[in-house]
Amino acid sequence: MTGQIGGIVLGAGLVAAVATALLWSRVALLGVSARPARAATWATLAMAVLACAVLEVALVGHDFSIRYVAENGGRDVPLYYTVTSLWAALDGSLLLWLLVLAGCAVVVGGRRPERSGPLQPYAMAVIGVVAVFFFALTYFAANPFTAVSPVPADGPGPNPLLREHPAMGVHPPLLYAGYIGLVVPFAYGVAALLAGRTDRLSVTVVRRWTLVSWVLLTGGITLGAWWSYAVLGWGGYWAWDPVENASLLPWLTATALLHTLLAGRRTPALRSWTIALACSSFLLVLVGTFLTRSGAVASVHAFTASPLGPMLLGFVLLSVAVVLGLLVSRSGTAAAANPSPLLARESVMLGNAVLMVAVAAIVLTGTLFPLLVQAVQGHRAAVGPGYFNRAAVPVALVVLLLMGLAPLLRPGRAADLRDLRVPAFAGLAVAAVIGMLSRPGVLALAAFALGAYVLTGLAQSLVRRRGDLRRWGWMTAHAGIAVVAVGVAASSAYTVSSERQLRAGESITVGGVTARLETVDRLGAANGMRVRVRLALGGDAGGTSEPQLRYYPARDLTVSVPAIRSGVTGDVYATVLGAAPDGTGATVRLAVNPLVWLVWLGGGMTALGALTAAVRAPSRRRSPSPSPETPVPVGAA
Amino acid sequence: MTPRRSRALLLLIVVAGVALLVAAGLQNTLTFYRSPSEVAGHMSAHERVRLGGEVVPGSLRTEGGLTRFRIGDGTTEIAVEQVADLPGTLREGQEAVVEGALDAEGVFRSDTVMAKHGNEYRPAEAGGQDSR
Repeated sequence: MTGQIGGIVLGAGLVAAVATALLWSRVALLGVSARPARAATWATLAMAVLACAVLEVALVGHDFSIRYVAENGGRDVPLYYTVTSLWAALDGSLLLWLLVLAGCAVVVGGRRPERSGPLQPYAMAVIGVVAVFFFALTYFAANPFTAVSPVPADGPGPNPLLREHPAMGVHPPLLYAGYIGLVVPFAYGVAALLAGRTDRLSVTVVRRWTLVSWVLLTGGITLGAWWSYAVLGWGGYWAWDPVENASLLPWLTATALLHTLLAGRRTPALRSWTIALACSSFLLVLVGTFLTRSGAVASVHAFTASPLGPMLLGFVLLSVAVVLGLLVSRSGTAAAANPSPLLARESVMLGNAVLMVAVAAIVLTGTLFPLLVQAVQGHRAAVGPGYFNRAAVPVALVVLLLMGLAPLLRPGRAADLRDLRVPAFAGLAVAAVIGMLSRPGVLALAAFALGAYVLTGLAQSLVRRRGDLRRWGWMTAHAGIAVVAVGVAASSAYTVSSERQLRAGESITVGGVTARLETVDRLGAANGMRVRVRLALGGDAGGTSEPQLRYYPARDLTVSVPAIRSGVTGDVYATVLGAAPDGTGATVRLAVNPLVWLVWLGGGMTALGALTAAVRAPSRRRSPSPSPETPVPVGAA
Repeated sequence: MTPRRSRALLLLIVVAGVALLVAAGLQNTLTFYRSPSEVAGHMSAHERVRLGGEVVPGSLRTEGGLTRFRIGDGTTEIAVEQVADLPGTLREGQEAVVEGALDAEGVFRSDTVMAKHGNEYRPAEAGGQDSR
């Protein structure tokens, strides 16, 4: 019964989404009243809310006649993880995706046109088309409400990795909201192209939505890295996995867009470039969704096993083709650029945006390369992390170098490079000291130096300008990026680890930390078995560490839960790789990861700084304009 | 030079730089491998290949310095034996690429394991319950 209701609600949502797209197109083309279009948008949101609510009711009520519940629910799962099961697998997370998308549509469509810019109806029509596609995808290819027969008595519960930590309730919704928020810049970009008015792109609207999405994405990526480190237990936080790359790619292009929007205010020549960037972030979200959700990367069989992969691929290719075609046909002859000095704010920000797009292109190539090789040659191929470290990291370091100029930049005037003496000296001094004390490798050494140089430059500017509050947002964000760079460099250059089979009383020593195996306990639990290893830590650290192995019979999966003891200098990270059947010993991996906490701190600072900028955005405008909310066309001074 | 020409030149330089970095980066980091179905059907014994797929959940065992597991692609599974310790990163339900050769009994004798850290959101599809 619940399943039928859910199916009907999804179908009604599809109809409402079609009505939204059509009615907003009418508003755009005929200029009629937007009232029915708004009603349809609200109806779409209502159906998305209802669909999520129905699935939640089924999950909490253990209604195993519904496929999604039968696959992801379980009677022994705690209530919190039952609720978060909504986004523990693809079909349910698509409902969450629909919810956020419909929410964005209501917010953008509900605003008075004078607040959302003249292109609002066109943009809403584009969002409507995206909503139609995702409702159709959910309804036809991944309907979570289909019936199961015979009805099982119990389900396996969500993937065990997704019920190890409460952050599961925050991380995926955060990332989804960030991804979907990018549909607004995309919609406005396509709208400008469709309407043939590339000069009317509402910078205010695009900037605000990009900034908010960027904050959510930054938070989501940082949380994801932390999750990978603290819950997955393989010892690191970033593996250049397609899932991680899929979140990094739109982040990079959105960063480039934010900087281009600031730089491009004075330069009409940048219109096409700005619009291409506005469109590309959401296109990369779609590419990432295709890569990670269709199973195309994992195996070809997974790709063709469901209509989901081909549908997603078709939509991705269609969107890219439409945007490219519009860009080529509509980008008129650009007016001559105002020549500005090489080190003026516009040129440096634009240069850095180009470099960030270059990083994105390198990461995208490495992520897609295995697919291309398989499609063209038929061989299976994998691109290792070495590729990304060698190709993308050097360009990212150049981005840091240019970022250090930020405090010196003035609009339309060349920066005074003499102000760079102190930061440059600080960077070189840090490189010299660290280089003399250890051998971290060229890239890490450069990252330390550049981190010190960026942070010193920001501090110097702060002292000179006595804390100009308007600058807090971006300065905190920039400082956060520098802190992340230092944390990544330190943890990748100085991490030491070792693994050994230990019997009770034996010990393993890594980087000045000794762990002695005290006991191996086998604990039976209702939903599986766990092996708890107690290690006594000696040396620099003290106390005990209790990593675990948990076995989930319903999924036939063993999860290694790391024990992390954090200190100022770094983490002592212990995992159990296996336990002897007689309970007398265990294979233990012990690692000392220095300064990893800088990565979480920097990520948090970056998100917080951008949030400050987003909140302050309307009042930040310095150029005199009639009203802060009036859309400023690209190119207007 | 006109602004248009200079922009085109700049774009060309950026594209060339990216292409150079990509080409250089792919040296030695690109691994070609075969799926279990391909290896099971067509490989003669003792021919050295790389085999890649999912470490079948529940198949990973360590006994006296020998690690056994199976690598599958959804249709075929191949038993793998690896002498010596594995990297602690190899986990059930995740992708791995191993290097070695099939022996006469059809067991893959591997001497190198390259593990990929899989996607934390991909549900482990134990028992083929993915019915889509």
